[in-house]
Amino acid sequence: MLLIKCPWCGERDMVEFTHGGDATKVYPKDPNATTSEEWHDFIYLRENPCGEHVEYWHHVAGCRQWLKVRRDTTTHDILTTAPADGDLDT
Amino acid sequence: MLKGGLYPSVRFPQMEAYELTRYSIFSLIKQGLIRHTGWKRAWRNPEPKAAYDVIIIGGGGHGLATAYYLAKLHGIHNVAVLEKGWLGGGNTGRNTTIIRSNYLLDPNAHLYEHSMKLWEGLSQDLNFNVMFSQRGVLNLCHSKAQTDAFARRGNAMRLNGIDAELLSRDEVRKRIPELDFSDQVRFPICGGLLQPRGGTARHDGVAWGFARAADQRGVDIIQNCEVTDFIIEGGRVTGVETTRGKITAGKVAMAVAGHTGVLAQKAGLTLPIESHILQAMVSEPLKPLLDTVVTFGAGHFYISQSDKGGMVFGGDIEGYNSYAQRGNLPTLEHVISAGVSMMPCLSRVRMLRSWGGTVDMTMDGSPIIGKAPIEGLFINGGWNYGGFKATPGSGWVYAHTIANDAPHPLNEAFTLERFARGRLIDERGAGANPALH
Ligand SMILES: Cc1cc2nc3c(=O)[nH]c(=O)nc-3n(C[C@H](O)[C@H](O)[C@H](O)COP(=O)(O)OP(=O)(O)OC[C@H]3O[C@@H](n4cnc5c(N)ncnc54)[C@H](O)[C@@H]3O)c2cc1C
Ligand SMILES: [Zn+2]
Repeated sequence: MLLIKCPWCGERDMVEFTHGGDATKVYPKDPNATTSEEWHDFIYLRENPCGEHVEYWHHVAGCRQWLKVRRDTTTHDILTTAPADGDLDT
Repeated sequence: MLKGGLYPSVRFPQMEAYELTRYSIFSLIKQGLIRHTGWKRAWRNPEPKAAYDVIIIGGGGHGLATAYYLAKLHGIHNVAVLEKGWLGGGNTGRNTTIIRSNYLLDPNAHLYEHSMKLWEGLSQDLNFNVMFSQRGVLNLCHSKAQTDAFARRGNAMRLNGIDAELLSRDEVRKRIPELDFSDQVRFPICGGLLQPRGGTARHDGVAWGFARAADQRGVDIIQNCEVTDFIIEGGRVTGVETTRGKITAGKVAMAVAGHTGVLAQKAGLTLPIESHILQAMVSEPLKPLLDTVVTFGAGHFYISQSDKGGMVFGGDIEGYNSYAQRGNLPTLEHVISAGVSMMPCLSRVRMLRSWGGTVDMTMDGSPIIGKAPIEGLFINGGWNYGGFKATPGSGWVYAHTIANDAPHPLNEAFTLERFARGRLIDERGAGANPALH
């Protein structure tokens, strides 16, 4: 894994990005109606698969946009990328 | 191949026979006289039995230590350690072996100090030289605020009965003149916090020492045996499926370090853990240069010199989930630049090799040691990049927890439930971001 394809900037060196963690986690819709179990799940629990992982990256030293990436945690291959609120499979 | 020389007729030992021996100066002299051709296997290589009282998954330092203390202190000998590869082939054999107990928070201080005390008698206890060397661990500080924070941590350590000394800039300079004390540095050295009893040990010696001592007490150590699933009956774990067949057990205890998350998933548990890569490097062997362990306080960098003379060092994790056991070059470059700014003479040292290991980073930077939410299953993991120093202490409290179905006071704070209850043990105060601890 050396090049990450930013949806806005194209393929860029990984040093321009920071990892944002598990992208299957969604911020609770209504914080006031969220139970402490749901907060616990959102804040602390992580999918941590050996294989394909859907995760956020931040193009922090580039366009500063967040993106979503599907990456293999055993080979570091970047499989697909999309805007953070986009769909990885289209 | 070297022909002739001092020992023209050296043959490599066959290592087939297994013998229960006590190592001593006499066994060493005897072997010396016969040119070390008579050493026997240090532990058996048994076939897995159909059932055990306790199965420990993972033959790293922690799993082996747990088996040893179960047999030695709790009278539980019908134990198997199942290892998917070879002993110590995980993080035990990949780590930079720094041992310390210089923690601020009470639960950490007590756990790691207990481990430190076990290290101090470990070679005698195991009858195996783990080469524990108390050469001191020195954390450098680079600002007034950092010096204050170090004084606070040093005082907290002393209140917990742990040795700590705050050194001035001149005292640091006297000990390690090779550090950059020039006027124009970006991060001037203001002083340091020294733990004189800290140090290093021989990583695979630790795995072998515990393996041999556990084996002598009846523990079956089974290599090339991967646990692929849990057998759960009526809400209780009753055994495991492995690449060498099904094995049942009264209790099953995980000690798989970087693979804690994937293995727990097989029991239906999602954990507050991300697996990351930590890399380390070693240089060509040099003459004696550094007789202590030093860490940089303005970036992540730590260094020591091995007994062979290699400069061993590392720094930050890669910062993204990975099981690849290898990292990328930008991190190495970052680590080396921190090292060179701390110790400029390193800039011309040639690196021999670098490697990576998969470390299990938790959401608060502290480990999880205790009962899992499923009956019969125990978790020991989340050691971040600092679990080697805990090896004897971790095995000791884990064995207690497994034997008594309840934690020891030393590990009762390290539960999995602490995240839901808000009782985090966040030494760095970095929040729920594993890459920051
Ligand atoms: C580069 C690097 C430097 C480090 N430096 C330090 C340091 O200076 N000081 C310090 O205190 N700590 C350090 N650490 C951390 C330390 O190495 C670990 O926290 C510690 O070794 C983990 O415990 P362990 O020894 O039991 O793990 P391991 O040795 O990794 O043992 C776990 C074992 O479980 C096995 N396993 C996994 N899944 C299965 C399965 N399904 N079935 C059967 N077996 C399985 C693995 O093969 C492995 O052998 C470092 C780590 C790395 C990677
Ligand atoms: Zn971009």
